[in-house]
Amino acid sequence: MADRVEPPPLFENVDINNKDKDDDLFQSALEGPTIEEINKNYNVLEITEELENVPINNQHNNSSMPSTMEQVNPEEDSERDDRFLEITITEPQKIGEGMGAYMAYRVSTRTNMSIFKKKEFAVSRRFSDFLGLHDKLTEKYLKVGRIIPPAPEKSVIGMTKIKMSSQDGTPTNGGGDFVERRRASLERYLRRTAQHPVLLEDQHFREFLESDIELPKATSTSALSSAGVMRLFNKVGETVNKITYKMDETDPWFEEKLGHVESLEAQLRKLHASVEAMVSYRKELAHLTNGVSRSAAMLSACEDHNTLSRALSQLADTEEKVEALHIEQANTDFFIFCELLKDYLGLLGAVRDAFHERTKLFQHWQHAQQMLAKKREVLTKLELAGKNEKFDQAKAELVEWESKVERGQESFDKISQMIKKEMERFERCRIQEFKTMFIKYLENHMEHQAQLIKYWEAFLPEAKAIA
Amino acid sequence: MSDKAPEDGNNIPLTDSSLVVDISDALSEKDKVKFTVHTRTTMKTFQKPEFLVVRQHEEFIWLHDRYEEEPKYAGYIIPPPPPRPNFDASREKLQRLGEGEGTMTKEEFTKMKQELEAEYLATFKKTVAMHEVFLTRLASHSIFREDRHLQVFLEYDQDLCARPKGKLQQLGGLIKSVGTTTDQYYLNATVRDVNDFFEQQMNSLTEYYNQLKDATYRTDKMTEKHKELADSYIKISGGLIQLAHSDNGRLDKYLSKVSDTFEKVRKLESRVASDQDLKLADTLRYYMRDSQAARALLVRRLRCLANYENANKALERARHKNKDIHAAPEIQEAEEAQSVACEHFESISTQAKEELLDFKTRRLHAFRKSLIELAELEIKHARSQHDLLKKSIANLNDLL
Repeated sequence: MADRVEPPPLFENVDINNKDKDDDLFQSALEGPTIEEINKNYNVLEITEELENVPINNQHNNSSMPSTMEQVNPEEDSERDDRFLEITITEPQKIGEGMGAYMAYRVSTRTNMSIFKKKEFAVSRRFSDFLGLHDKLTEKYLKVGRIIPPAPEKSVIGMTKIKMSSQDGTPTNGGGDFVERRRASLERYLRRTAQHPVLLEDQHFREFLESDIELPKATSTSALSSAGVMRLFNKVGETVNKITYKMDETDPWFEEKLGHVESLEAQLRKLHASVEAMVSYRKELAHLTNGVSRSAAMLSACEDHNTLSRALSQLADTEEKVEALHIEQANTDFFIFCELLKDYLGLLGAVRDAFHERTKLFQHWQHAQQMLAKKREVLTKLELAGKNEKFDQAKAELVEWESKVERGQESFDKISQMIKKEMERFERCRIQEFKTMFIKYLENHMEHQAQLIKYWEAFLPEAKAIA
Repeated sequence: MSDKAPEDGNNIPLTDSSLVVDISDALSEKDKVKFTVHTRTTMKTFQKPEFLVVRQHEEFIWLHDRYEEEPKYAGYIIPPPPPRPNFDASREKLQRLGEGEGTMTKEEFTKMKQELEAEYLATFKKTVAMHEVFLTRLASHSIFREDRHLQVFLEYDQDLCARPKGKLQQLGGLIKSVGTTTDQYYLNATVRDVNDFFEQQMNSLTEYYNQLKDATYRTDKMTEKHKELADSYIKISGGLIQLAHSDNGRLDKYLSKVSDTFEKVRKLESRVASDQDLKLADTLRYYMRDSQAARALLVRRLRCLANYENANKALERARHKNKDIHAAPEIQEAEEAQSVACEHFESISTQAKEELLDFKTRRLHAFRKSLIELAELEIKHARSQHDLLKKSIANLNDLL
């Protein structure tokens, strides 16, 4: 039953060192690794040691709980101490020709963290590598309730443009815009992932930043690959599940948070649309300002009065500068303001994903409970009927489901805890990021106004010189 | 727009108050605007020293046409007629706003509506001002002010039977304007100008007019977009406030401050747009029309030239035909006609030269004034926006 609802077992997470060989029969493919994962993630640094004594039984588990809690601390600390990691992406370059062409980006890192081999290093990565990284991190951490920063979306149109453009290396104007947008969003993606104390130390993430060798091509990220299609099916299934399944929430915290996330998402979406509209208005304004500039120049050419002609040509110059300023401001609007909103729409999606993982675990647990009740019923019936030959088997099944229920509840409690902690971090980051963003945005805006003052001040004497 | 060059020969000094015309009131009805024209005068030709009449746009056009028809004004630049009142754009926008009411909050809707109402009011005021400028230019012109039609226009308290309304009349106007244009092309093509100055003036005025038209169009587009941009801030500040409401954490205060900043910036940007419209677009627009009026004068002069040449030809023909007859009456007639045409042409040429100079000084002064004001207002708005942002940033930093 459980296997029907769940995605196929995730083999890479099944521990070979598992001690629970004899428990194997009972263990649903997913539940086992889930618990291990939670433990594994709490202490990435001591991963091997932890694996030796993966707790499956409750007795073991209870004893390991305190240690797990202790190991939570470094996670908190990491945000306070003075380690730093700075990631920049530069030199987007088109590699290859035709439909097989792709963009490669140079990912440079500077850090003082000892888990990295060097203080400064750089690698070349292509877009699908980023998606591959995101998939790996999601696979590993989503089911324990972590909020995984989403990778930038694929853009078939944008990329096709790049592929079509004949020049290599430096993309043409139309594509340049797209490339810069993508570069910036990839950079933000990596920085956001690096902000997360656990994801930062993940082996895949470090490998992505550090490893000189080319990463294995992430085929599953391509939209048309079989994995892509499968993912699509899973997604559809999940969405149906998300829509149809309504869990009775027992935790008021989650109810409140979900409401908050939903309203935040709606508001952000609306605001994002408004800001996008502003960006396009400003771009059009820049374009039209250019028209005025050209007109002023033409007018200046056919004005036979000397000083007026000169003033008009100065006006053309000024309007041209104003045009450039409008473009700059539109970029500020877009890259600072608009993109942050878009990123947060994605991040809120990741939050919902984490919430949904919890719902799934809840479903499991509920299912196990129902099964347990059924098994109990069966057992009582058998007992009454005195069918001893089946009695033993039923008893064993009962024990199995009892432990499943317990494990189900345990996973559910753990993910709930984890999500609360993740949300706290997420909210802290969000508030901080919004605050800094607005200040940066307004500062940029102010800078442009200062520039505008200069331009018109330079023009004023020219107007006064008309005589 | 209404400032005049003091050295303009035909202008009555501004201190003169023998004939002062203004539009004291205007009323917008369904598809027409009623202007109340107010006149104060000490001139004896008027019956009373002060009177009020109600006029409509068509009557202004009627008055303008009377000036254009009058041969004795042929040598003058006749002030361009005011443009037809047109509130379609505002009405259309209002309608679109009504349709989109569901997509915005009440507050956003109210703000948008306010903006549109302000826009409508501005257009209305501008329309009135254009009509007023037309009359004041006539009233302050030493020749034009004496015109009989002007007096009738100002004094007669009934409708002037000049209501060219309806499609047919508009079509008539179109045919007339087509007629004038072809006339002009015909004259340009057939009449060889004897005077380089005028030929050159004609060419440069035509070119100038086209450039001005282009520039006006483009500036209009720019200011419209600027206004649209400013209006788009309404939704942003509204969205930020809503976000603040749904964010009961530590961001709500912060976000409302940012929203407030956007609202203030919006007002400033809106002012920038309307000042650009007032100082740049309107100046260009007025001189586009004025240069067209100047060109009309040159066309009239060309027609005189054509008449003069025809008279010459007629005279030659008459002489040729009557070469054996001594003092033939036909020759005498032709000689007379020729000398009248010559005189006409000479006088219109002299007059036109003066008028063109006058046009140039007038234009120079208007552009100087507008461009200075434009630059000063741009600086002023940019400064206040800069200061506003600076203050906002400081406030936000305090909230960190």
